[in-house]
Order: sequence, then structure tokens, then C-alpha cells
Amino acid sequence: MTGALVQLRTAGLVWAIPCLPLLGFLAWTFTGGRLLKLFGEKTGKRIVGGLATALVLASFVLSILVLLDLLGHEPERRRSVVPLLPFVGDVPWISVDTVQVYFRGLVDPLSMLMCLIVTGVGGLIHLYATGYMAHDKDYPRFFAYFNLFIFAMLTLVLAESILLMFVGWEGVGLCSYLLISFWYEDMDNAKAGNKAFIVNRVGDLGFALGIMAILATFGTFSFHTADGKGFLDLASQKLTANGALTAGTASLIAALLFIGACGKSAQFPLHIWLPDAMAGPTPVSALIHAATMVTAGVVMVSRMSVLFVQAPAVMTAVAVVGLFTAIFAATIALTQTDIKKVLAYSTVSQLGFMFLGCGAGAFAAGMFHVTTHAFFKALLFLGAGSVIHSLNGEQDMRRMGGLARYVRGTYWTMIAGWAAISGFPGLAGFWSKDAILGFAAGVSGIGMALYVVGTITAFITGLYMTRLIAATFWSSPRFDEQATHPHESPPSMLFPLGVLALLSIVGGLVGTPWANRVEHFLETSLPSASLFAPHEGVPVVAGLVIGGLVAVVAMAAGAMLYGSRRAIESESRNAFAVGARHLWYVDSAATATFVRGGGRFATILWKAVDQGIVDRLVNAVAFVAGLLSEIGRGLQTGYVRVYLTTMLAGLVVMLLWAFMLAGAK
Amino acid sequence: MLEQHLLSALIFLPLIGAVIVMLVPGRAGVAASASAHADTSTGSNRSAWLVTFIVAALELVLGAQAWLRFRPGVAGFQLREMAAWLPTFGISYDVGVDGLGLLLILLTVLLTFLCVVYSGTLRHRSKEYMVFLLVLETAMVGVFAALDLVLFYVFWEVVLIPMYFLIGIWGHERRIYAAVKFFLFTFVGSVLMLVGIVFVIVQTGSSSLVALTTSGTEAATRLAGLPAQQLLLLYWAFALAFMIKVPMFPFHTWLPDAHVEAPTAGSVLLAGVLLKMGVYGFLRFCLPMFSNQMHETAPIFLALAVIAVVYGAIVAAVQPDMKKLVAYTSVSHMGIVMLGVFSFHPTGMTGAILQSINHGISTGMLFFLVGMLYDRRHTREIAAFGGIRRVLPVLSAVFLVAAFSSAALPLTNGFVGEFLVLQGIYLSAFSGPLYAAGGALGMVLSAVYMLWLFQRAFCGPVVHEANRALPDLSIREKVVLVPLVALVFWFGCYVTPWVRALGGGLGASGILKVQVASRQDKLPTPEPQEGVR
Repeated sequence: MTGALVQLRTAGLVWAIPCLPLLGFLAWTFTGGRLLKLFGEKTGKRIVGGLATALVLASFVLSILVLLDLLGHEPERRRSVVPLLPFVGDVPWISVDTVQVYFRGLVDPLSMLMCLIVTGVGGLIHLYATGYMAHDKDYPRFFAYFNLFIFAMLTLVLAESILLMFVGWEGVGLCSYLLISFWYEDMDNAKAGNKAFIVNRVGDLGFALGIMAILATFGTFSFHTADGKGFLDLASQKLTANGALTAGTASLIAALLFIGACGKSAQFPLHIWLPDAMAGPTPVSALIHAATMVTAGVVMVSRMSVLFVQAPAVMTAVAVVGLFTAIFAATIALTQTDIKKVLAYSTVSQLGFMFLGCGAGAFAAGMFHVTTHAFFKALLFLGAGSVIHSLNGEQDMRRMGGLARYVRGTYWTMIAGWAAISGFPGLAGFWSKDAILGFAAGVSGIGMALYVVGTITAFITGLYMTRLIAATFWSSPRFDEQATHPHESPPSMLFPLGVLALLSIVGGLVGTPWANRVEHFLETSLPSASLFAPHEGVPVVAGLVIGGLVAVVAMAAGAMLYGSRRAIESESRNAFAVGARHLWYVDSAATATFVRGGGRFATILWKAVDQGIVDRLVNAVAFVAGLLSEIGRGLQTGYVRVYLTTMLAGLVVMLLWAFMLAGAK
Repeated sequence: MLEQHLLSALIFLPLIGAVIVMLVPGRAGVAASASAHADTSTGSNRSAWLVTFIVAALELVLGAQAWLRFRPGVAGFQLREMAAWLPTFGISYDVGVDGLGLLLILLTVLLTFLCVVYSGTLRHRSKEYMVFLLVLETAMVGVFAALDLVLFYVFWEVVLIPMYFLIGIWGHERRIYAAVKFFLFTFVGSVLMLVGIVFVIVQTGSSSLVALTTSGTEAATRLAGLPAQQLLLLYWAFALAFMIKVPMFPFHTWLPDAHVEAPTAGSVLLAGVLLKMGVYGFLRFCLPMFSNQMHETAPIFLALAVIAVVYGAIVAAVQPDMKKLVAYTSVSHMGIVMLGVFSFHPTGMTGAILQSINHGISTGMLFFLVGMLYDRRHTREIAAFGGIRRVLPVLSAVFLVAAFSSAALPLTNGFVGEFLVLQGIYLSAFSGPLYAAGGALGMVLSAVYMLWLFQRAFCGPVVHEANRALPDLSIREKVVLVPLVALVFWFGCYVTPWVRALGGGLGASGILKVQVASRQDKLPTPEPQEGVR
């Protein structure tokens, strides 16, 4: 199987998938303002928003064409390398000695699945944003960044080499930064953007070193090549460029890469940037910080599965970090009152579930959850955006309530999202979460513990989501009904909600335990299965029954606990609730250590060390060594003369020295 | 005529230009206060600028000519010119370029041209300013073209003089202190190097770099035959001069002072070109002449370089003065470059050369931008700005490009250089993964200082009334910035032509021969399709 690459008939189309959105970025950056002036504000915005959406949807259509072509080949041969540069040929990006990187794409089930999610869900969110951002003065800039994000994300998932993947990886980080701080006139937004980029960079430090380790070990950045010398090809045969791949080397690489994944996918303790990232416009939260970018870590780990399965310790770490993050973030979600913060911690928690799956070796299950989560979390964020929109920007759930009768369309789609994420039997989240927990139970040694904690987390998920729904839509309004007249969102916003609601309901049916098309589809991209086969630790039916029961009970319990009008406003005083409400003090500790402490340290380094010690010392040495103290005083009289004198003095010294040295021979 | 003397033309045209500028009628000596409308009253400033502009533009043309004439991938020096100078001492006028020299010359003529364009609005003694800029250009190009130790030393020293005056006359508040400090620091280094040069000549009878570095020649044999201790001392004499110029920790303290006090063009050329002279020295002289000594002492330099990367970045982050912040980032970035040099790995050393060029582009851009902000507000205090992104959208966008290029974002020039250096460090037997990790810390810290600067100066609400009505970039300023933005992405996306120029290795020694993919490298052809109807 390794090394087999097919020639796709649609190979000539693949470049357009990422490049169309890139074109959009360039267009809106350089002509956006002019278009608005030329056609008038309203029409101009329609043109920009409409075309930006159309470009992403065009990429979606192309992705489907390429996927159909790929499906025309036997499952084990579904892998192709194609150039991503149009017109100029296969020109290298960097070609220096050992470092050889091309702009090439890898078309296989994993990359195509992600292309569909990114362009499909992305296209819907673009459409939604045309309505949500309609009154923003920086409308073209928003769609420029939004299109750029799609380009970067597609580069990430389509990359043929780990270094090109890193290009997309940093690119989405850039877009995340630009969009979080989109409303930069509020300093908090700018700070949130910085935090996101910098925390991500900490993770990227690991990723970058992992990339270097890969080149040092395998001699190539390419995942797969025609001659079977790509590093994933080699690793799946337990080989390096010249020898056998040891567990130590595999562990080093996997551990470094996982640090990168923790940054991008907001795993403890690098999760602190994601909740702050909610400062960006809500479509940004939905697209970047829920559906696509934050799952990049899971995609990357899955892509590297053959390396990870050869590093058992790292696998355990992935599972444990994932599960810990899941329950940790879920408890925080239970206590937040900002509707977007609840969803943000929920996202952190769900990402933890995905890593739990990967850590258990069930990469396909992890990717399945990436898919279903993209549907229901995008839906929930867009729904929340619709709610916020209807209340003219209100995000505090304590000033919501009773909205069900004001925004019926939003309400019913949100109900679908709520049921899906809670794991209501038959819905999308039910199947994917069940698969992850089942495989987690099968991990040798700690399987049962993982399963139990995971199930508890699933229960908390149902609780906090019910709390959110209850506080927002049920009971009676806690806002001033006289002053605020909540209005339903325009069709451009409701249509994406409807599509995502449908997907949240039926989208999981492609991955039922009896007909797991997702797993079969992804097999080619996850060759790790031949090295390490995960198994389910609980019987299939029992797992489904338990999962379904937990979800239903959690939703019912949530309805009882949080159904009342004042429930959201009551703050428990027990230590657990206080700790969770304060984000378990991780953020404040990080701020104290790195921001304030780091700032103080840097100031000391500058004032005391650099100016106080180094400068003085070197000044002193310079004067003595150059025998210039005399001339130094003379400098105040005439510069050129002094210069010449110094040269002469230098000459004398040097000649003396030269003779001394020569004599010493 | 020009065909045979292209490099000499490149070197001396600005000097001739400087003479012409001096002859331009108009007021010389001390002009009235900076606010006086000197140019409108006499017109001399304008014509002086025009002459300088034409010369700088001709330099660009000559540079392009050199690029076209240069045959990449060919070992040894090209465009070589030789003439006897002081034959008694074996000293000759000997110039030539390899890929390294050529790239640095191109960077020099480009940055000088942009500096001249930018300085067109100067109102204070602009005629002399133009003279110094042109003399500086001659010296800088000369440094990168000289193949004779003494000739190199002459150019190296001449660089100091115009830069000294640029800082001392057109600088800011503490310009005299900064100018003297800059002068003394680099001069101490230079004297040491002069000692080394004279000693080499005394011992080997030759000052020709080519002779000294071509194995088998008499001079090279004699040099190699010197006692190990003398060679080590000699090496340090050169290395210290270069370390101060780079500058490497702990010799970096002249740099923030000089940068901050220098006028914009001075800062740009200081960071863009002068610092590279140190790197160039290591690669051009130390590496082929004292290879063993350089390898032996590598741990010291690697350690100092890592310290510089981290230390420079941390200190940069808390600077209240924008220009000083950018100056300290140079300390950090040059640390990365030196890591690459001392990796002794083709990947890392190529990265170091590219990063030298890249640093000239990105930091040059940042200094231009800071200068443009200074022109508008007459302050460099970050706290005096805030929220100006709304007022200056284009300037802010360009600043973001420069900031992310400095923070080594992929597809910008900064990433290509920095990644190659770190990968080389990782692969090298002399350094290894730990040094790579230390260097990579710069990646995190560069994001910290750049984004924090951007946040404080450009984001938030407009807090000072004075900032509410600032004009965005003028045409002149755009002319200065657009080529640099283009280069950021050109280097970031397609670095091959520049790498190919380095393919011939370093000069006569042939060190650092790099494999570059040719255009013939195609995608590996997949196996023929089966089952296609």
C-alpha cells in the first residue's frame, strides 16, 4: 500500500480549491473600499459578501468533484500528490541543501474530508456573516480576512509535506489574530488577539522543533511520495532514512508535535487563549474557534498517526491530557454567564474528547467527532450569534430568557444543536462521542477510568448545554421588554442555521457502529491501524444505551436545575463552583507569571543588567583595551584629527605586538 | 569599458556623485535652524537631492547589471578586477564577488536608494547629508567587493566616518554620545583587526584573500603553518572586530544608542547593511582562513548567539521607545544569523546569509515606518500613539507586514531564513537540537514584542488629540515601502533565485556548496493508472 499514488483526472483542479479564497482576499484587500464607493455602501457590500461566499462555495463544489474522482479508485489506492501552484509549474518553495519543499497537495480521504468541512461549513458561515456583519464599517476587511482564513486552512489540510502544513498552521493563526482583534478599537479585543497568537506560538515552538526532528530522522518533509520514501511511508514500516525507527525517536517527534496540537486545539494548559478569542465577531467564533481551525491539532495528530502509535507513552499523554481538558473545561462551562464563553469552554471540552479518541488509537473516531462537532458547534455559535444579534449585542445570559417566542427559527435550530452535542440518541454527537468513549474504554490499564471520567464529562456536557438553552430561551425574559424588542435574524442567517441543524440531526448516521462509513473512508489516511488496532472496551449496544441514558438524564436534570427564571443568576458558594467560575485560576496564574512577572523580569534585565552591568563593563573594557582613554577625552576637540591619532596609536601597538608574536616563534 | 569595470563603477560612482553634490551651488556649512525653508530660498538642497537620487538610481541599474552578468552556481569570484596598488607589500586593488558579496551589494544599493528617496524631504543641511550618504554607499559596496585584506580594511574604516557624522549631526537628543560610542566600539574592533591583517601580511607576504584561502598556494601554506596559538590569537583579532559589528552579546550596547539617535536613513543602513558586515567578515575571512579555530571556539559563539536571541528579545519587549525596541530586536535577530553561521551546516549557513538579507528588508522597513511616524508626531514614545490604525490604515497594514515578517511568519522572508538556520542548527554536529530550541524561543518572543508594540501603538481608541488627523502614507513613502513589501513576499514564497546565486559556494574556498533544485525537478510520476475506462 505504501507509496502507491494515483493520478487523478481532477488533479488540475485541486490548486483552485485554496487559491479561489486567496483571490478573494487579494480582491477585497485592494479593491474592497473602492467597490463600496463605486456601487454605494449597500450594493457594494452585497457584491463583496456575495462574491466572498461564492468563492468558498466554488471551492466546495471543486472539493466534491475531486472527492468523487478519488472515490472512483479502490479504497487502498486513494492517495494522490498534485501541484498546488497554477500556471508556473511545480516550482519549489524552498530548495536549500536538505530542505526541499514544494507547493504540493496531498489528496486523500483525510484531506478531502477536511476540505469539505472547511469549505462547506465555511461557506455557510460566510453566508451567515453577510447578514451578521451587514452594518459593519469594515465589511470588506472582514471578508478579506475570512477568505484568507479559508485559504490558510485549506493549505493546512491539503499540504503534502509537514512544512507546508506548518504554513497553513501559522496562516490560520494569523487570521485568527486578525479576526479576534477585528474590532481593534476596543483594547480588550486587541489583547485577546495577541494572547491567541502568542499562546499558539508557544505550541508552534514544539511543532517547529518536531518538524526539524522529522527532517533529521527521515530526511524529508513529505508525508507520502511515489517511491514510498515519504516519512509516513517510512514510519509505517518502522524505518528512518537510514535504519530502524526507535520508540525513543518516535516519542520525541510525537511529543513535540503534540505540544503544537495543544496550542492550536486549546488543550490544557495552552487552552487559555480560546475563551478570550470570543472577542471576535461571532461568525469568526463559529468558523475558526469552533468548527475548523481549533480542530487542526486533531487533524495533524491523525495525519501523524503512524508516528504516534509507535510512541505509547505519548499516546497515553494525549488521551489523559484530552480527557483532563474535557472535564476541566466542562466544569467551567457550567458556571459561565456569557453565552459565548459557555460555548467556548464547551469547545475546549469537546476538543479534549477528540484527543481522547486519538490517544486511544481511534483516530477515525476522533476525526468523526471533528466532523459532527463542526456541524453542531457551528450551529450553536451561529444560533448564539443570532440571539446576540436579536438583542442588539447582549451576550450575558442573565439578561436573556424567554426568547423562544421571539426568535422561533433560531430557537428550534438551537434545540437541534443542543440535543446533538448532549448526545441525544440518534443525533450526530451521540454516535461520535460513543465511538470515542468505547475505544477509550479499550485502552489497556487505564481504559475503565477513561471511560468513567469521559461519561461523567458527557453528563456535564448535557447539564451546561441545557443550562444555556434554559437561560436563553425558556422561562420569561429578564431583559426590559419595553426597551428591547428582540427581532428574528434575516434569511441569510437563518438558512445556514437550518442546514447545520439538519446536519446535526442526521450527520452522525454515516458513522454508526453497524455501518461505519467514516472509519472505512478514512482507512487509507490512517495507516496506523496496521501497527496498532484500537478496540472497544464496552459492548457496542451497552455503550450506546449508557451513552443515550446519560444524555437524556443530563438534559432532564438540567431542565429541572436550570429551568426556573432566576437559576442563571444564583451563584453557588461552594468551593467547586467558585473555583470553576474563576476558571480554576489558570488564567490569573498565567497572567501573573508571564505577563506581569515577565514584564518585570524584562525591565530588570534591561535596566539593571543591560544598562547597569553589560553596558558599563563593556564600555570600560573597550576604553582600556583600546588604550583610548587619553584620546577619548580628546574626542571633544576635533574628530578627524583624533581619528588619525587613534589610527597611528593603533598601528604602533599592533606593530609591537606583531614583532612580539613573530619573535616568539 | 564598463563591462570590465562593473564592480569598480559600483564602488566609485557614489564617490564621484558625492563630489558632484559638493560642487552643486548652494549653501554649505551650518544652515539655519531645521524649520527654515532652506530649499525654497536657495534651491540648492533640491538639486543636491536630485543628483544623489540619480546616482543612487544608477547604482541600482549597475547592481541589476551585475546580477545579470553573474553566473550562479560557478565557484570562485566573478566580475573580478585587479590592479597593483602597493606591490612592495603585496597589496593590490582586488575586487570581485561571489553570491554572498553580490546579494549584500544588491541589498546595499537598494536600501541606499530607498534612503535617498525617503530623505528627499530633509530640510536641515541636506546637501552634506547627501554627500555622507553617497560616501557611505561607496564604502559599503567596497567592503562587500574587496578581496584584498588591506583594501577591505580601508573600506571597513571609511564606513565609520560618514555614519559617525550622520548620527552626530542629524541625530536626536543624545546624538553626540551615541556617535562617539558607536565610533569607539567599532573602532576598537577595527584596530584589532588591523593588527591581525598586518600580522598576516608580515607572516605570509600576501594580503590577497584568494591566495590566502586557496589551498596549495604559498600564502595559504604559510598561514596554515603558523603555530596554533598565533592562529588562535589572529582569529580572535578578526572575530572580535566582527563580533562588535554584528553585534554579538555582550558587545551590543552601542547598537540601541546608535540606532535611536541616528536619523532614519542612518538607522536603516546601520541595521540593514552595517550589521551584515560583521556576518560577512565571519564568512569571508574567518571561515576560510581560520577554519579550525572557528570550529574550536564554536561553543562560545553558539552560546552567545542563543543568549542574544533570548536576551535581545526580552529586553526589546519592554522598551517604551519604538525605535529602541526595533533596535533590540536586531540584537535578537542577529543572534539567529550567528547561530546559522556557527552551525557549519550548509542549510544553516545558507539560512544565515538569507536571514542577513531578510533582516535588512524587515528591519529596514520597520525603521522607515518608525521614522514616518516620527515625522508625523515628532516622538518615538509608544505611549504617545495608540489607536492610529483607524487614522493610518495603509501605514498600519504595512507595519503589520513588517511585524509579521520580523516574527517569521511563513510565506514571509523572515520564516525562510529563520527556519533554515534552526533546521541547520538542529542537524549540525556542532550544535544540535538544544541550540535549535534556544533559537526557536526567538519565534515566541518575536511575536510577543511585535504584537505588543502593534497593540499599544496602533490598536485601541485614539487617546491623543494630536493623532486624530495624521495623514496616511504619501506617494514618496509608498515608493519607499512598496519594494520592501514586495521583497518580503518574494523571499517568502520563492527564494530559489537568491539561493541559486549562492550555489557556487563561498569564494575561492568553495565552502558551502549548496544543492539547489533545478526547474527540471518534476513531481515524481505516479505509476500508470489502472482501471480507467
